[in-house]
Amino acid sequence: MKFDAPIGDTPIDNGRVVGRPHSRVEGPLKVTGRATYAAEWHEDLPAMLYGAIVPATIAKGTVKAVDPQAARQSPGVVEVLTFEDIDIHGTSSGRTVKMVGGPEVQHYHQALGIVIAETFEQARAAAALVHFEYEVGAGSFSLDGGRADAKVCGAYGGPGETRLGDFEAAFEAGEVRFDAEYRTGAHSPAMIEPFASIAQWQGDDLMLWTSNQMIAGTRGSMASMLRLDEERVRIFSPYVGGGFGAKLWANADAILAAIAAKKVGRPVKVVMPRGLIFNNTINRPETIQRLRIAARADGTIEAFGHEGWSGNVKGGNPESTVMASRSVYAGPNRLMADHMAHLDLPEGNAVRAPGDAVGSIAVEIAMDEMAEKLGLDPIEFRVINDSQVDPSKPEKTFTNRHLVRCLRDGAERFGWGDRMAPGTRRDGKWLIGMGVATAYRAALRHASGAAVRLETNGRITVETDMTDIGTGSYTILAQTAGEMLGVSVDRVDVRLGDSRFPVSAGSGGQWGASSSTSGLYVACVNLRRSIAERLSMDAERVEFEGGEVRSGNRVCSLLDAVAGGPVEAEGKFDFAQSDTKAFGTFGAHFVEVGVDAYTGEVRVRRMLAVCSAGRILNPVSARSQVIGAMTWGVGAALSEKLEVDERYGCFLNHDLALYEVPVHADIPHQDVVFLDDLDPHGNPMKAHGVGELGLCGVGGAIANAVYNATGTRLRKVPMMVEDIIPHLPEPV
Amino acid sequence: MKTFTYDRVTSAEEALANGAGASFVAGGTNLLDHMKLQIVTPERLVDINRAGMDAIETTADGGLRIGALVRNSDLAADARVIAGYPVLARAILAGASGQIRNRATTAGNLMQRTRCPYFYDTALACNKRAPGSGCSAQDGHSRTLAVIGTSDLCLCQNPGDMAVALRVLDAVVEVAGPSGKTRTIPIAQFHQLPGDTLPIAEFALDPGELITAVTLPPPPGGAHFYRKVRDRSSYAFALVSVAAVIHGDGTGRIALGGVAPRPWASEAADAAISKGARAIADALFEGARPQEDNAFKIDLATRTIAAVLAEAKEART
Ligand SMILES: Cc1cc2nc3c(=O)[nH]c(=O)nc-3n(C[C@H](O)[C@H](O)[C@H](O)COP(=O)(O)OP(=O)(O)OC[C@H]3O[C@@H](n4cnc5c(N)ncnc54)[C@H](O)[C@@H]3O)c2cc1C
Repeated sequence: MKFDAPIGDTPIDNGRVVGRPHSRVEGPLKVTGRATYAAEWHEDLPAMLYGAIVPATIAKGTVKAVDPQAARQSPGVVEVLTFEDIDIHGTSSGRTVKMVGGPEVQHYHQALGIVIAETFEQARAAAALVHFEYEVGAGSFSLDGGRADAKVCGAYGGPGETRLGDFEAAFEAGEVRFDAEYRTGAHSPAMIEPFASIAQWQGDDLMLWTSNQMIAGTRGSMASMLRLDEERVRIFSPYVGGGFGAKLWANADAILAAIAAKKVGRPVKVVMPRGLIFNNTINRPETIQRLRIAARADGTIEAFGHEGWSGNVKGGNPESTVMASRSVYAGPNRLMADHMAHLDLPEGNAVRAPGDAVGSIAVEIAMDEMAEKLGLDPIEFRVINDSQVDPSKPEKTFTNRHLVRCLRDGAERFGWGDRMAPGTRRDGKWLIGMGVATAYRAALRHASGAAVRLETNGRITVETDMTDIGTGSYTILAQTAGEMLGVSVDRVDVRLGDSRFPVSAGSGGQWGASSSTSGLYVACVNLRRSIAERLSMDAERVEFEGGEVRSGNRVCSLLDAVAGGPVEAEGKFDFAQSDTKAFGTFGAHFVEVGVDAYTGEVRVRRMLAVCSAGRILNPVSARSQVIGAMTWGVGAALSEKLEVDERYGCFLNHDLALYEVPVHADIPHQDVVFLDDLDPHGNPMKAHGVGELGLCGVGGAIANAVYNATGTRLRKVPMMVEDIIPHLPEPV
Repeated sequence: MKTFTYDRVTSAEEALANGAGASFVAGGTNLLDHMKLQIVTPERLVDINRAGMDAIETTADGGLRIGALVRNSDLAADARVIAGYPVLARAILAGASGQIRNRATTAGNLMQRTRCPYFYDTALACNKRAPGSGCSAQDGHSRTLAVIGTSDLCLCQNPGDMAVALRVLDAVVEVAGPSGKTRTIPIAQFHQLPGDTLPIAEFALDPGELITAVTLPPPPGGAHFYRKVRDRSSYAFALVSVAAVIHGDGTGRIALGGVAPRPWASEAADAAISKGARAIADALFEGARPQEDNAFKIDLATRTIAAVLAEAKEART
């Protein structure tokens, strides 16, 4: 199906199953430990060995000599492979650095080899015995240092710099002007389930159990790195304990497990220890952002400029902080540009809401500052500058932009009217403040396929290589099939994450939910036709409900259709790019914080997100996505930051005790409201994703609330106590 | 983790008889982490979890004797502790997580080691972990580290909460040596400052010595406070913490956590309690050597002391 025109009524609109709050269909498996994650397939593989990654302990330089002898002689060791023994063609698709370095070292903790032993403990002990002699090279590890040489650079094939009108002239001529610089810290995806893979070979066929978001791409990439035909590789990733971008591709664990298993002729498991995750894999780089806004005294923006600087390895992408600015606020004169400095830190790449997660922090603080300069309420200023066309591409109209409704609705619910002047509201020792921010994230689409089968027992089986990374894919796919075929969710079996199934959109960029259900929708349309044919009914006029198929006054059971065996159909959602339509998801975040007047500790008191993203397929799992994303926003604003030691070129806080993500006690109260809207223009489900929308803007709303509480404007996140206490009144 | 031998003992005597060249393991919540990362690589472990020493007893003078193996959760929940030494219960509950406190023991908690990031990465120089390799923190990241009591060899902070409360309670650590000889160490002397010689001694324990108990004098009375400042609301180490016992007449005891290699207190600071936060902090931080990254801790500690004094004042009125 090539989707290129708005869709009319469909069976999904019945809303008997889709849109209802179903709890996770695989939930019981997960809470009883029966959902088998990548590292847990040992019962099937009694002969399995354990691999321990040997990391580089310098950030840049060359390995001059390798000494694996002590490791080889260590108890239980079966094999030691260093880069000298390992041949990988190219690198993992989507990644820039090599999965195994050496002799050149590209970053701290880059894998240089693997030790394979009978037990996990033996492998790990021996890995510490592999000795490398390095010639340490001079690397660049500081964004401030690299900034002067940073070049304009686009991210993931996008533009580096875009302009409209004459930004500089309009900014100079502006009645009210604002110009400030902001900083955001580097983040680790810090998912619960570490990178993990088990590889097993049968002849030239590789079976890889792994934890992965995008099966087809990973399969192709594994095949290419191993110089195999794709058909020789099977990937299986039915359950994923979080990915957040870092599992969009094959990582070092996957390729090293495959190479090791081939070498020793037995299955090999490789789990990346927590301490390696931060430096071995990917991160969201630190950013510097300059915002320049000029407006008329009435608040109409005349010029909007957003420039970003970030660092990455050579050939990598910048953290595109300015991407969303192209589409959010109006203004006829525009300048948006990303710059990238070449740094030798671990690779920056797509971490949840890449670009926008931190770009929105700077923009939303700047909007707050500008509103104050103009003497406008921050919500009014945003409303004045809403735009139903894409401000950078005015020929494109948004199909479903309800930002103003989100802001107004949220203001009402949150009690925005009670907000007081900065630094004036107090509750005992707490200084109290409220902040608001716009949420925007593009509504990306990807082609997606699925197969669906009516079994002879009347159950429905769905198969697609789509992944469920904790997001709820199993459930919304079961709901989609249930709605289309007129059965309840408990009669649908969804099977995911297997490369033998039709290729899906995968999980990333918040496109997974809408694209994968759309693919299944198409498959179900085809299956309905086949079922109707079997029942000699008019496919255009059948209704599926309650396990029955009806046409006119003829009623059949689904079972009647499978008397001669199961009925199966495949389908694929695809779409034509539009020159006139812009797709986005929108929302508004409201936050109330307390700042301890003595210690400067910032504690979030309550949060509200009002989101507009088309049809909400399942309000429970969608809410779960949004509150998780809001929690990420709290981390970005208040505690999460990879600390770079510029002498060693590493992220120093490489464990979860030193890299502090929010804990339950940090998140007291979160409300999520979804506008009840449908977008028939993007896909047949009339839906978009929310998993990244929920993160965009949150940090800005928190910073604005801190300002409202204290009267102190901070232009860097995370905001730590030492940033705040110098501005607090002397305690009595 | 390197291969090691493991013995389980059922009494303090047996532990001591087997203790030569071994590491005692209690809750294991600190030691095992370090073994996995090869920060320490003991060849022998002696498991003392079944060696008794797990009772809390009232002493003849009305104090408490807390066995070395009493779990942090049990200690914080003991009615005598809650009634007579609330600062101790609060300090324990401000630390770690429920699961960890269920495992962690009184002795193990006292002996927990620094959370300096350089101590935790075996590829980087650290005098505490690898004597003579240097101290990467000196011109590196020191935000969480000590501002006083440090030396050119080491900037480590003591990260514990419980010990800060024990400091204002004048606890005494009971130890037994391999020969069976016992002695006591006042809490003020238990944690050592790094000084100028290597290796850095962290604890006033001799090789093979076992902590058997911690004793508390009779309850001090007064109002008790434990205020911990951290980057998130729970499950984080203190940037700064304040333990205080303040009496109705405005006198009292005060100690700081997170700022030094040991719970930080002084008689001069206690004497200054009635003069307010600034005077107390001036006394406590006399001779401080903060780094650029962690100088804020002095101001933060001063403000946190002020918060505690304000609370104490409120409690009196
Ligand atoms: C994630 C995390 C967060 C934490 N957060 C905090 C916090 O916020 N505040 C805080 O105060 N602590 C915190 N801790 C530390 C925790 O309190 C300690 O790990 C715990 O108290 C150690 O006790 P244990 O019995 O497990 O010690 P073990 O790990 O068994 O031993 C620690 C050391 O003590 C020695 N030892 C144990 N018993 C004896 C004895 N009887 N005689 C002589 N030597 C002995 C061992 O040989 C070892 O060197 C945290 C720990 C973790 C893992």
